[in-house]
Amino acid sequence: MSLPRAVLALLLRDLRLALRRRSEMLTPVLFLLMVATLFPLGLGPDRDLLVSIAPGVIWVISLLACMLSLSLMFYADLEDGTLDQLIISRWPLPVLALAKVGAHWLVSGLPVVLVAPVVAVAYGLSSETIGVMALSLLLGTPILSSIGAIGVSLSVGLRRGGMFLSLLVLPLYVPVIIFATAAVTASLEGFSPAASLYLLAAMLVLAVTTAPFAIAAGLRISVS
Amino acid sequence: MMKPLGQPASIATPSGPRKTLLQVHSLFFQRNQLTILENVQLTLDAGEVVLIRGENGSGKSTLIRLLTGLVPAQEPFEVSLDGERFDPGDPRCQVQFQYLGHNLGLKDNLTCAENLKFYADFLGRRADVTVQGALNACGLDGYQYSEAGRLSAGQRKRLALARLLLCPARIWFLDEPYSNLDAEGITLVDRLLQRHISEDGRALMTSHGTFVPQVSNHRELEIDGWTP
Repeated sequence: MSLPRAVLALLLRDLRLALRRRSEMLTPVLFLLMVATLFPLGLGPDRDLLVSIAPGVIWVISLLACMLSLSLMFYADLEDGTLDQLIISRWPLPVLALAKVGAHWLVSGLPVVLVAPVVAVAYGLSSETIGVMALSLLLGTPILSSIGAIGVSLSVGLRRGGMFLSLLVLPLYVPVIIFATAAVTASLEGFSPAASLYLLAAMLVLAVTTAPFAIAAGLRISVS
Repeated sequence: MMKPLGQPASIATPSGPRKTLLQVHSLFFQRNQLTILENVQLTLDAGEVVLIRGENGSGKSTLIRLLTGLVPAQEPFEVSLDGERFDPGDPRCQVQFQYLGHNLGLKDNLTCAENLKFYADFLGRRADVTVQGALNACGLDGYQYSEAGRLSAGQRKRLALARLLLCPARIWFLDEPYSNLDAEGITLVDRLLQRHISEDGRALMTSHGTFVPQVSNHRELEIDGWTP
């Protein structure tokens, strides 16, 4: 019995639960595909226009897709008493919170990272820009999951916490979307996206190392 | 506010000096400016079941959640475990707890065996009990591949009880363990409790009903309902 084993058990359990509820798992990807299809229908098939709006459009849809599944992250655990068991277990709660965030990202963030390049091809981005787009999503979506989890940990005990969650989390997402789209746009215009990507990577490190403590504190408040 | 309700129902007198495992002093808790618990004194000896009685809303569950550290203390109260002071929120102490609350901690979409397997990996498993053995002992043989969501309320309770059997702990905190159970289930709880205390374990449990645990060594405490 050790911490890695306990964390792995928690992670695998969450992944198994996600596989049992496939419709929830597919929601972010379907959302991305559907909304991305609607934009050209609304704006007309102007190739230059679509290429220039693609970074912003794909990133905003990805962000909203990640938010769709956010509220489910701790809700079931609170309702069925699993959260009590996690909190009174001997394992440090921030580490368990990180495992929950990891499971959430694998289920809702990673599929978006994998599908977004397909959408980018449809919008006519060059292969180099698509690479930058995928990299920015790979760095950015875990930040969305980590920051989102802080909001969820605070709002999960509220009856109608959806509005509160959006108000709490969206302002914190702003820097992510600014630097992510800046990276993709820079690549589109022939500049180096490195600066924005490095800043995004720094934000990822900050989010993954500090958010678990905030999530743990939020969860303790929510169960008491 | 808490008064003992007579002597231990049992005749069994432990040989030698009694080991006091858990000792609580001057616990105080307020909710909405109403004092729910005040000056609670509690001891839990080795090999003993303590039953807390009280009306709905008298603070039984809150008392247990305070002791497990799920509800933070409003005023510092003294808890000692094996003679050493400890903080209920301290993860180092929590290895010795098992908590069974109103929400059982089961996942509806996982099978009975998967639910128990998770807790065996997460909380640790007793070397002498297997997942299947725990299921059989709790009357759930044949249900290992059934999703927990398809079980009846009583069967779900049995599945949660199987966790007590499977994972090691010195103190059990059981909130209404008898609820939803049939006559056979109630004797199952008693059997588990008896086995636990015969291994020098301790249990603190609540009940609003009239059930008395049929075990060799138990005591009752009553919490008075607060008056608004």
